[in-house]
Amino acid sequence: MTALEARGLGAALGQGAQRREVLRAIDLRLPAGRWTSIVGPNGAGKSTLLRALAGLLPHAGEVLLHGRALASVSLRERARQLCWLGQNEGGADDLTVYDVAMLGRLPHRGWLAPPSAADHAVVERALRATQAWDWRERLLGRLSGGERQRVLLARALAVEAGVLLMDEPLANLDPPHQADWLALARSLAAAGRTVVSVLHEISPALQADEMVVLAAGRIVHQGACGDAATHEALAQVFDRRLRVRALDGQWIALPGEQDSGSGAR
Amino acid sequence: MNVDRRGLVLGIALVLAAAALLVLGASVGSTGIESVLAARDDPVAWQILRDIRLPRTLGAWAAGALLGLAGAVAQGLFRNPLADPYLLGSASGAALAVAGVLAVFGGSGFAAQWLVRLGLTGAAFLGAVAGVLLTLVLARGVLHTLRLLLAGVIVGVVLGAARDLLTLADPDILQATQGFMLGSTGLVGWAACGVMLALLPPVLAVAWALGRMLDALALGETTASSLGLPLPAMRAALVGVLGLATGAAVAQTGLIAFVGLAAPHMVRTLAPAPHGRLVLLAALMGGVLLMAADVLARWLVAPQELPVGVLTAVLGGTYLLWLMHRRGRPGGLA
Repeated sequence: MTALEARGLGAALGQGAQRREVLRAIDLRLPAGRWTSIVGPNGAGKSTLLRALAGLLPHAGEVLLHGRALASVSLRERARQLCWLGQNEGGADDLTVYDVAMLGRLPHRGWLAPPSAADHAVVERALRATQAWDWRERLLGRLSGGERQRVLLARALAVEAGVLLMDEPLANLDPPHQADWLALARSLAAAGRTVVSVLHEISPALQADEMVVLAAGRIVHQGACGDAATHEALAQVFDRRLRVRALDGQWIALPGEQDSGSGAR
Repeated sequence: MNVDRRGLVLGIALVLAAAALLVLGASVGSTGIESVLAARDDPVAWQILRDIRLPRTLGAWAAGALLGLAGAVAQGLFRNPLADPYLLGSASGAALAVAGVLAVFGGSGFAAQWLVRLGLTGAAFLGAVAGVLLTLVLARGVLHTLRLLLAGVIVGVVLGAARDLLTLADPDILQATQGFMLGSTGLVGWAACGVMLALLPPVLAVAWALGRMLDALALGETTASSLGLPLPAMRAALVGVLGLATGAAVAQTGLIAFVGLAAPHMVRTLAPAPHGRLVLLAALMGGVLLMAADVLARWLVAPQELPVGVLTAVLGGTYLLWLMHRRGRPGGLA
């Protein structure tokens, strides 16, 4: 089943003479209950694609959420079903970690209604899932970049949306917490949620179920992360300066010139 | 102490400080505390207390509260710690509108009649909103903070020039306009007090109700949108609050400098809070700041008095300098 679908999606950034087409006629189906990672060279349009899929950017073409045109879904309903986590979200320094995570419950709460017991329970779960519960009373502005990222991830989890779109969720995370995030993404998908992540590091991205390879605003390839064709597409968009190898049952990508016969099994 | 309790303690301290300053404000003036002591027997002393000192002290609190609230809203809405109501064109808009009304009514604008008061407040309000909207139009929205501040400066300069032109063309309003520009609580009577105190609860309620939206906005426009918030409507409501609060304060007391900028920062330093609480505390802080400045303005060179706007500019400028030196440290500016 398809959770999110794009038909003829196009987007441009900038204005006037600086206007630049970033996405060109993208057709994409993101399967429900799977974790898909979007990768590509710098400037390929990954973040723009994610924003367009979330309905947060004016775009050409159409986005369908569970078969319904996203544009026809009300803002609140959309916010409950589809969660977006941006990269380098700044600000909110004067809010406590707990308050920030509680913002994720906004789409579920009535206007001016105080948080319900269920909201508190969800927020606690989200903060525990990202190991941020212990500093729930600290101010966001007093956290390190990695700690901050974990709180923002908890904010996204607290939405409890069926579809999670995350832009560079591993930014600033140290290796143990990167591993935690990867495990979390897998468990979310196992629980039936649809996870879509933009990642600039290829090795973590290869741990997803599916991969969308993007270059110059077009989809070059979409397929399972273990497929030889996916690895070939990766090598192609990165000018063959990337090698995909199997190590301990996982795929890893190494920077460097590709020698003949490397890549897929 | 956790942040909730710090907010509560600060709130109580600010209310107590306001009460103490009200008593102090009633005791300070050209005739000193004698007027308070003699108020029961001496009708003139009672009149000084009732018709001059109490309304101006209470009015200073109300104007300061409106400015503190507007500052907190402006900084949250524009996601810029340097935003204050005046930097975004609202004050120059209000000042131009007030000068316009004074020119039309022949310079008698500070007469304490309700109708004129309401006319001035209305004009100042419309001028303030028009100033902010002009800034928004020139900045093409609120996404680029630098462009926004530049647009605010441009609007301030252009509307200021228009106001100067108006003043030159009609010298009768020169003195009133100059007094307005310096900012003064000296002419605040019960009518002005009533206008500001009546406005405070509704604008405070709207700002408080939109506090969560400002919290979400602190994470960025896109995140706020992704949370399903109707941003354009909420932004319009907040611009309305900003214009009304600034316009009302400016119409009654002129351009009081720095209170709107400093009050939210002081609250953040003492008791960081979500926006719902920040707007309440910033209003209380702004009230106490202007009340204290008003008492000082009357006391420093008694029996003469300084324009309170000059005093807040000096004190606020010093505070801003200190804040700049904390730059880069947690809780510092930007």
